[in-house]
Amino acid sequence: MNKYIYLLLIFSSLTVNAQDNSKNKKTLIKVSGNCEMCKMRIEKAALSVKGVKYANWSIPDNDLRLIYNSNKIDILEIHKSISNSGHDTSKLKAPLEIYNALPNCCLYLRNQ
Amino acid sequence: MTKYIYFYILFYFFVINLSAQKIIEGKVVYKEKYETLALEGANVYWLGTIEGTVTNQSGNFNISLSDKTNKLIISFLGFKADTLTVLSEKYIVHQLKEDQTTNLNEVFITERKKSSKLSFTANQNTILVDANELLKAACCNLSESFETNPSIDVNFSDALSGTKQISMLGLKSPYILISEENIPMVRGASQAFGLTFTPGTWVESIQVSKGVGSVVNGFESIAGQINTELKKPFQDDPLFINIFRSGNGRLELNTHINQKISEKWSTGLLVHLNQRNRKVDNNFDDFLDVPIANQVNILNRFQYTDPLKGWVIFYNWRFLNDKKQTGQVLFDPNFDKGLSELWGSEIDTKRFDTAMKVGYVFPQFPYRSLGIQASYSQHDQDAYYGLRSYDINHRSFFSNILYNSIFNNTTNKFKSGLNYTIDIYDENIDSQNYLRTDRNFGVFFEWSHDDLERLSWTAGVRLDVNNNIGTFVTPRIHLRYAIDSTTTVRLSSGSGRKAANIFAENQSLFTTNRRILITDTNNSFYGLLPERAWNHGVSLSKNFRFLNKNSTLTMDYYGTFFINQVIVDYEEEGSLSFYNLEGESSAKSFQVTLDISLTPQLEFISAYKNDIVLIDYKSGRKQKQLVPKNRFFTNLSWNSIKNTKNQQWKYDFTINGIGSQRMVENSSNPNFNQSQSFSLINTQLTRVFSEFSEIYIGIENLGNFTQKNPIIFDNEPFNNKFDTSQVWAPILGRMFYIGLRYKI
Repeated sequence: MNKYIYLLLIFSSLTVNAQDNSKNKKTLIKVSGNCEMCKMRIEKAALSVKGVKYANWSIPDNDLRLIYNSNKIDILEIHKSISNSGHDTSKLKAPLEIYNALPNCCLYLRNQ
Repeated sequence: MTKYIYFYILFYFFVINLSAQKIIEGKVVYKEKYETLALEGANVYWLGTIEGTVTNQSGNFNISLSDKTNKLIISFLGFKADTLTVLSEKYIVHQLKEDQTTNLNEVFITERKKSSKLSFTANQNTILVDANELLKAACCNLSESFETNPSIDVNFSDALSGTKQISMLGLKSPYILISEENIPMVRGASQAFGLTFTPGTWVESIQVSKGVGSVVNGFESIAGQINTELKKPFQDDPLFINIFRSGNGRLELNTHINQKISEKWSTGLLVHLNQRNRKVDNNFDDFLDVPIANQVNILNRFQYTDPLKGWVIFYNWRFLNDKKQTGQVLFDPNFDKGLSELWGSEIDTKRFDTAMKVGYVFPQFPYRSLGIQASYSQHDQDAYYGLRSYDINHRSFFSNILYNSIFNNTTNKFKSGLNYTIDIYDENIDSQNYLRTDRNFGVFFEWSHDDLERLSWTAGVRLDVNNNIGTFVTPRIHLRYAIDSTTTVRLSSGSGRKAANIFAENQSLFTTNRRILITDTNNSFYGLLPERAWNHGVSLSKNFRFLNKNSTLTMDYYGTFFINQVIVDYEEEGSLSFYNLEGESSAKSFQVTLDISLTPQLEFISAYKNDIVLIDYKSGRKQKQLVPKNRFFTNLSWNSIKNTKNQQWKYDFTINGIGSQRMVENSSNPNFNQSQSFSLINTQLTRVFSEFSEIYIGIENLGNFTQKNPIIFDNEPFNNKFDTSQVWAPILGRMFYIGLRYKI
């Protein structure tokens, strides 16, 4: 029976972590893009900012849903990282030379 | 030589000349629900001129600049035409918007969705098979639904029961974890006939993974994992009816009724009936070629979905009654049972299953979820084979708690959980009783990493405490690396264990009069050790253009190396021995598959497979009997473009080439050491009349190839050399069938 108790302990110690939800903030920002490749690039750029826990960009409505630790980072850092990957966000425009270097299928229509 | 130089000069001149003409390039796209898709066949031309072009398959066009105008028109039927002003030679991306005012009925943009495809993003070498693939063959039940899949071999288990057994990587189904909605299903007592207990129409999709599975599903999967998802009441059609009739007297009826009880609750009732009452003996050996049989199979499901609060609940119950009678044609159970005049057999199975699943996704944290599964099954089989009887009662309880979350962010996910299972076996072989209870408690942890680009991996470990196997650790790892955008490499490695339920797994042994010998006595499973093996595999898949067609080439190589194995030894005539492996046993499987989309309507798949399964028997190292070293597979499937009334033709053609197989000693035919190689052809034509109804007709075994004398000593069924289990080819010849599907 002791063995079973050990196994239970292992399980609970594995799952009890990351239960602190208070500082996690949920938000939605607009990011321009077209395709699956854009999706990968946008999500990767968002997740590369330390403190971003979740990033899911949807192709049809160009919404990027984010969950991030608002104690650690400011939302602007996420906008910066995404626009530096070549995608315009609701706050920042991507530099032209990075946009031009995107693969053909990713050249979304920019608002002039 | 100079000719070539001229040619090159001419060529370059031509190219330079072309580029001097100032070409602009671009792409035309449109949006469909979720995606931006390339628009093929859009007209691109300069305003007021006849200078124009049409976009290709990927929506791309190039057009030389016009000296008359800079207004470029892009148009396509059903979309609003747009006029662009071209000021520079920059690449143009233009999205056409659908024109709501015109009638779109005559425009069909169809792309053939593959019904069976290799997943490019999964870490495991997983093939997804959807319901459309199952429609390619008669597929009356799960055991027949793999005939259009080159990774899974369908074998004949014996000459009497009409049952097909599947194998992967050269290993039979007990080494494959077969689950239904992630709850282990075909195991223990249901190992022999369990695949025939899931009707094909109930299946929504199948996931086939080669090599060791995930630790989440247990430690048993060694050669692979097959998971079946059944139709969900929430999504399935309100009413579905399928009738099937085959030339040899098999009649099947499937009905699904789905009903919404409330906004969140739905229920489905799935009923399957099948019957074969005609006695068929086309090879005149006085034994039935297929059993006379009937089955009643009822499944009732309840589904609760609340997407806002994040709850999903499933509850199922299911009842099955399956009866088979086989043996000599004149055998009548009422008079001949228990006598040594005529040889006959009856197998009667009753099974009850119930399962509950609760899933909760934390609404604030879509990456965090909790799942609980519990199931109970009771399997009762009463059978006799000639003068031998075999009864098995297996009660099984399975439970699982699974927690999903992340480390830091969603590029590092983990799953952890607990499971507990109890299996109680009660078997009677003649007067010998075997009682056994297996209790297993396990904890698992699996970490998956995805860099969102090239590399992803899943590493898992589980610790199990089992009353009969002991305490042990099972590690497993899967890795995927994308060398470039078209080439993917996968590696997998891990161990697995299994209790060998020697009688249930080898039930065809009772269709012989071989004397059963178990030569080891000191261990927990019938005196035998639990089985244990390592499996390592590598696979490479490459997408490329061949003759300008989208093609995929996949190569994989898997090796399974047994540390302990229960050897099933048919080598000596008149007896069958079970003993623990001494020495080496391995199964090495190589497969290459080529998949070409010849046209958007025509798909071609061809595969070659090599299985080397070497076992150290007491009589020496040999290729496992009845395992062909070489197999070929080719499938062509075509469908016409749907017309406005949704009418369509579908045609499917499959050839399976099966190489020679090693045969065991047989004094009635002493020189027959290797079987012939042969091929099997299946074909099916479907006519879709409308969204609601379709008829399919097909032929199985078109070439009419059969094994001539499938039963050894068929004229002396009570001789101890009588054996019906040495089957290497179909018993039934060419078979026609027809079926109807109707839904609302």
